[in-house]
Amino acid sequence: MSQANAHSHDHGHHDQESLKQFGFWLFMITDVILFATLFATFVVLRGNTASGPIGAELIEMNGIIVSTFILLTSSFTSGLALLSMNKGDKKGLILWLAVSALLGLSFIYLEVNEFIHLVHEGANIGTSAYWSAFFTLVGTHGLHVSIGIVWMTAIIFQIARRGITPVTKRKVNIISLYWHFLDAVWIFVFSIVYLMEVM
Amino acid sequence: MFETIKEFASEFFVTGDPMILGAQVSIALAMVAIVFVLTYFKKWRWLWSEWLTSVDHKKIGIMYIICSILMLFRGGVDALLMRVQLAAPELEFLHADHYNQIFTTHGVIMILFMAMPLMFGLFNIIVPLQIGARDVAFPFLNSFSFWMFFAGAMLFNLSFVIGGSPDAGWLAYPPLSELTGSPGVGQDFYIWGIQISGVGSLASGINFVVTILKMRAPGMKLMKMPMFSWSVLASSVTIMFAFPILTVTLFLLFLDRYVGAHFFTVDAGGNPMMYLNLIWMWGHPEVYIVVLPAFGIFSEVVATFSKKKIFGYKSMVFALMSISFFSFFTWAHHFFTMGSGANVNAFFAVTTMIIAIPTGVKVFNWLFTMYRGKLSFPTPMMWAVAFIPCFVVGGMTGVMLSVAPADFQFHNSYFLIAHFHQVLIGGVVFGYFAGLYYWWPKMFGFKLHEGLGKWAFWFWNIGFYVCFMPQYALGLMGMTRRFNEYNFDMGWQPLNVVSTIGAFLMGIAFIFQVWQIAHSIRFMKKENTGDNWGQGRTLEWSIPSPAPFYNFARTPKVVAQDDWWEKQQRRERGEADPAEVIAADNAPLEPIHMPKNSGIPIIMSGFWFIAGFGFVWDWTWMVVLGLVGVAVSMLARSFNYNDDYYVQADEIERIEAAAARGAN
Amino acid sequence: MRPVFRKLSAMLSVTLLLILTGCSNEKYLVLDPKGPIASAQKDLILITVAICTAIAIPVFIITAVIVWRYRERPNSKASYKPNWEHSTKLELTWWGIPIIAIIILAIVTVNYTYKLEPSTAIQSDKEPIEIQVTSLDWKWLFTYPEQGVATINYVQMPVDTPVRFKLTSDMAMNSFWIPSLGGQLYTMSGMAMTLHLLADEEGSYYGSGANFTGEHFAQMTFTANVTSQEEFDAWVKDVKSTEAALTEEDVVKLKEKGTHEVAQFSSFPDNVFYDIMMQYVEEGEKGAHAHHVTTSEDAEASEHQHH
Repeated sequence: MSQANAHSHDHGHHDQESLKQFGFWLFMITDVILFATLFATFVVLRGNTASGPIGAELIEMNGIIVSTFILLTSSFTSGLALLSMNKGDKKGLILWLAVSALLGLSFIYLEVNEFIHLVHEGANIGTSAYWSAFFTLVGTHGLHVSIGIVWMTAIIFQIARRGITPVTKRKVNIISLYWHFLDAVWIFVFSIVYLMEVM
Repeated sequence: MFETIKEFASEFFVTGDPMILGAQVSIALAMVAIVFVLTYFKKWRWLWSEWLTSVDHKKIGIMYIICSILMLFRGGVDALLMRVQLAAPELEFLHADHYNQIFTTHGVIMILFMAMPLMFGLFNIIVPLQIGARDVAFPFLNSFSFWMFFAGAMLFNLSFVIGGSPDAGWLAYPPLSELTGSPGVGQDFYIWGIQISGVGSLASGINFVVTILKMRAPGMKLMKMPMFSWSVLASSVTIMFAFPILTVTLFLLFLDRYVGAHFFTVDAGGNPMMYLNLIWMWGHPEVYIVVLPAFGIFSEVVATFSKKKIFGYKSMVFALMSISFFSFFTWAHHFFTMGSGANVNAFFAVTTMIIAIPTGVKVFNWLFTMYRGKLSFPTPMMWAVAFIPCFVVGGMTGVMLSVAPADFQFHNSYFLIAHFHQVLIGGVVFGYFAGLYYWWPKMFGFKLHEGLGKWAFWFWNIGFYVCFMPQYALGLMGMTRRFNEYNFDMGWQPLNVVSTIGAFLMGIAFIFQVWQIAHSIRFMKKENTGDNWGQGRTLEWSIPSPAPFYNFARTPKVVAQDDWWEKQQRRERGEADPAEVIAADNAPLEPIHMPKNSGIPIIMSGFWFIAGFGFVWDWTWMVVLGLVGVAVSMLARSFNYNDDYYVQADEIERIEAAAARGAN
Repeated sequence: MRPVFRKLSAMLSVTLLLILTGCSNEKYLVLDPKGPIASAQKDLILITVAICTAIAIPVFIITAVIVWRYRERPNSKASYKPNWEHSTKLELTWWGIPIIAIIILAIVTVNYTYKLEPSTAIQSDKEPIEIQVTSLDWKWLFTYPEQGVATINYVQMPVDTPVRFKLTSDMAMNSFWIPSLGGQLYTMSGMAMTLHLLADEEGSYYGSGANFTGEHFAQMTFTANVTSQEEFDAWVKDVKSTEAALTEEDVVKLKEKGTHEVAQFSSFPDNVFYDIMMQYVEEGEKGAHAHHVTTSEDAEASEHQHH
């Protein structure tokens, strides 16, 4: 009886974990729509600078390239975290997750600095439709990254306490999925918001 | 000091209008009464542990339905007030600003806080039972969805007594809905009420897609799935693709109002036309989100009461999915008159007409399900049959509106009003009523009184035609929607009076329904037989009514499209079940894995409510408090690993035996 | 059975009532056109009604027959085939019927969409006149650039002469609608929409702001008075000699929220229409209006007036 119980217990959990992963994929589809709407808004409004400053005048491309590099690296390190997890290496997993979170944090730091710089130069969210769309799109991505950092930290604590279990495994899988996704979104932000503006 | 408080209070509370004062007093009295009753009968703990924290899909569904009936009452009263105001020319029953608030809240409440929760209520109760699952895929998220809906609905309704209701129309077109056009907090209540409940809807959409795709009983191939579940899948997929657009749109409008952004303003490069595009890119699919499940319900009801398989199953599935797909390519027909040019208008006119094709096919398939059937007419079937001519007319006028150059004459007129009420009442409301009557015994273990139900049916139907047929005519007379008054010389009065009478007939119908429910709770016989109509076709009828909390004692094995019906047929013919079915039916009871109740969803939604209220009033401390509360709740959930338990086999056996006794 | 029949008869009688009263009553503005645009739109409406009815009536009949014939009763002679669920022939038929109907309707619609595009000029031997229309909270301002006069909540136009309405808004989006003459078009800040209408019969026609713009939007009705060319000229002369001028200060007052009586003015400030239209658009900016499709004459007019 107890054996049957344990068996079905594992079975139940296994189902739950794969369901949650599938659910998260669907959530990401909705997030894609969310970002697509913001991108569409940005593209429609990009010309509407209302005789205020335009992006090309104020954007500092060097900083953006550095943050892009940082975010791409963090995506790579979160991949390394997965590898460690699959090898059963708890320490490595925690280490690489922490590195990813820290890289994320520095990305956010640079972004906040960029925003402060722009505001000082006279471009805030109320300056014109262009800047409204700019700050909202870039800021929404930043908000996603920030939430990811908090979430990743929470997962690190859980792994430290509980080790690599089916549940924590699923959580790491999902956060790394999310992290790669944000990376992909950033590539679009980088090309559409920044690159096309300065080119 | 006193003066400041007085000044604040007069801005904070809606004052001055005796009608509102009366409503405030009655709301306050009702709340005191509820608190008193709960305390007196010591029901607080029961309420909390059995309902508010429940993750049981059936209980969540019932809570959705209760809320939606209350909202139907509120939205209905709004409608009656409007009809009274329009019954005579230059009537001074409601002031213009009051009228504007009422038509705004009527629209928002009926679509988002009446139709949506009624829909989710039926999704919740029926889908897991119909596909042979123990619960939805994510019970915790499901509870969260409900409480987010509840928080949003309460925030929106609160504007009635605090701060003032929104009054820029149900879709709040800018620049009217911008700070310049609507400086009051009503518009902020609108944004946050819808935003918060919208998050819940989005989560529900994901939840049901996963539930349907991943949790069907063994043997239930997609193409053996009941039509209602198919329609829920179509609707949920549509939710997934449409609701993020709403979230963004409202968020941008919020930024315009809150931090002075310029998305939809007329100055600094903003573009109000973009709002129209965005809101209808959600708004049009939204209409199909609510009507597709109604189609599913009709398919179930018509098949059941014709004692016949649904005709053209594959066509029906294909039609559902193609409607869901095309619904995303028609949004611009809501503003043919915005000057987008002939190319754009021609494109959207044609895409809109295309939707009529699968919809028409569905009507034929329902008709031919009845053809060569054995039709009986209990109330659910009456609603289904009444739906067909009503929806055909509504669909036809929809086609008329899709003819872009003709729409220049229909747009913004009562013709349009009559059309969308005809598809929303004739399609959605009739459909959900059919579903409610059909599955009521499954939810509660007793049927609703048929006689009172028939009275309600006739009042609804006659009232509907009396109310809305004249409005088509009024539209052709040039009567514009949202007018709070009109001149004597237009000759609009007679038809407006007729229309008002119709509205009151529907009001009477609602009273009959409330009476019917009250009467049935008191007097209708409990019948725990699973198959209350005696001719059920799908899995939900194979288990006791109401379903035990774990739904299925043994996971069923499905072999046919209408599995339960086929099983009964085999029994009647004296045939044996297939071996796999026998094996599944006689398998030893195993412990069932169940989710634990949780207070986090209601608490987290409470914090969302607090944050939303803070945003409305621009109180930063409150916003921070709310959002921190949300974050802490989420972390609490993440760190909680103790969220499930097992029902042991002997307990299941006891419950099943009790149900079997009740049935005999 | 009974339910359906009662329903059907209720519905049919109401529809019939509508049709009967519709034919005999000039109150149905949309069905009583006084110009070629409204007339074409009415034709189109009737074509759609015909196509729709041709499908709907048989559906009603089939519904009634099926519901009656297959109702469950003792000794029913109707056949009962509980597993009859598919017939390729039948299903192809009812995929086919709506497809054909929609194709026909789509062809008609696309055709008319181009023909009735509101910015397309109306064919006529007479030169069109221009009337500029501004929606304000909550009144209509009409300015006649060629005549130099202005009116509020009232528009005067000569019969049989195409009128090029230029539409804009002070703030909220409204919709300019004279049902007897033709369909409506939105008025929006930052852009000039073009709506061509023509009245081929003299008379006073009802007009309204069809899109909700706030508190007193119901007061934004106006009269379109169509007279002969001579009377129109006499009216212009009369207004010019008897009425006061619309001043800049008056315009500021007009922009305040509130309703307004019908009024006429002998003159109006230069460019008042374009000034209101462009008030939120900064010089040289690519604002919202830049995205709007404007005809070449729009651009010219705008160029001309603005600089």
